Amino acid sequence: MSGRDFDHPDVVLVPHGPMLLRGAESVQDLEGTVHAVDRPVVALCRCEKSSRLPWCDGTHKVIPRS
Amino acid sequence: MRLPKPRGGLSEWLVARLAEPELSGSAPGADSWDDESISLWTLHELSFRGFEDADDRAEWDPDLLGVRRDLETALEDRLRARWAEAGVDATPALADVPTALEDLVATDDGPSLADFVRRRADRDQVLELLRQRSVYHLKESDPSAFVVPRLPVRAKAALVALQFDEYGDGDPNRLHSHLFARGLEAVGLRAEYGAYVDDAVPENLEMNNAGSLFGLHRRLRGAAMGHLAAFEMTSSLPSRKMVQGLDRLGLEGPMSDYYDEHVEADAIHEHLAARDICGTLADDEPDQAAEILFGAFTCLDVEARFATAMLGAWEDQR
Repeated sequence: MSGRDFDHPDVVLVPHGPMLLRGAESVQDLEGTVHAVDRPVVALCRCEKSSRLPWCDGTHKVIPRS
Repeated sequence: MRLPKPRGGLSEWLVARLAEPELSGSAPGADSWDDESISLWTLHELSFRGFEDADDRAEWDPDLLGVRRDLETALEDRLRARWAEAGVDATPALADVPTALEDLVATDDGPSLADFVRRRADRDQVLELLRQRSVYHLKESDPSAFVVPRLPVRAKAALVALQFDEYGDGDPNRLHSHLFARGLEAVGLRAEYGAYVDDAVPENLEMNNAGSLFGLHRRLRGAAMGHLAAFEMTSSLPSRKMVQGLDRLGLEGPMSDYYDEHVEADAIHEHLAARDICGTLADDEPDQAAEILFGAFTCLDVEARFATAMLGAWEDQR
């Protein structure tokens, strides 16, 4: 028994949504600023339209899908 | 918290009985929806924090459990009738439960209180909304916590991960219900648990009762998790609008911070809830798939009814 019965990846790409990242301590944004992480899981913006970059704020849901 | 004010014959009987357990006699029928809703809310509250002027043993009093069961049956029948009437396909392919949840949320056309707060609400209206919201936000996430031991492995791990964040990631200062209490204080409202229950409109009580009903019954675990998913999936963008509205009215500070926290937190939680909780639950217990959608629909439906009632009352005042 491996003790790993379930997939539990550290990074999950959500279709038409953010990148979920588990267990990170800090994230560097596009400007080079490093943000401390204080949650077990964070959602990183992939549409680049978030008002809270680098974090997802749900804005992708109101952008038409091309 | 003290027992709420009665709103009719049943709640009058109930409040008297809770304060004085030796009283005999059986419960009268409810006079109104308001009477019924405050009675069920009170009975459910016995399983959360209780009342300082009620006997703690009342939670498991067989007579009161009988009253609670009748009220819960009536509520569940009403919620299921609305779900049936909505005519949504409740038999998603199991792998598609997260997508079915997304579709349900995307087609929700209920009015948005957050939109109103962002653009038009005046200060008094926002304070009234916050008093109404406090009935839930001061026990935020507590109904879902009852579901933890009733879930299979993957859904259980994901629910606890979500709850851990709701409960402040171990820091009491970041507990969401505590952040809301700080927000209430900052805008000059009462922050103690249950402070505004007597002001709650029946649509608000029904919304709270539906969440507690799902959380407290193992049988309804799927509905509870669907409800949670729909709640989280409709939180991030409206929370941002709440921040904009509060700031517009000069109510920035701790209350605005509470909503600000939910912009980011719920952008994460919605995926945990839809995929890791509801998706895996449907995979492990296929009979829960339709229940998940019923719970999600109910979350959207009771919020829409609450929003309609609040906006209608404000419209009448103009």
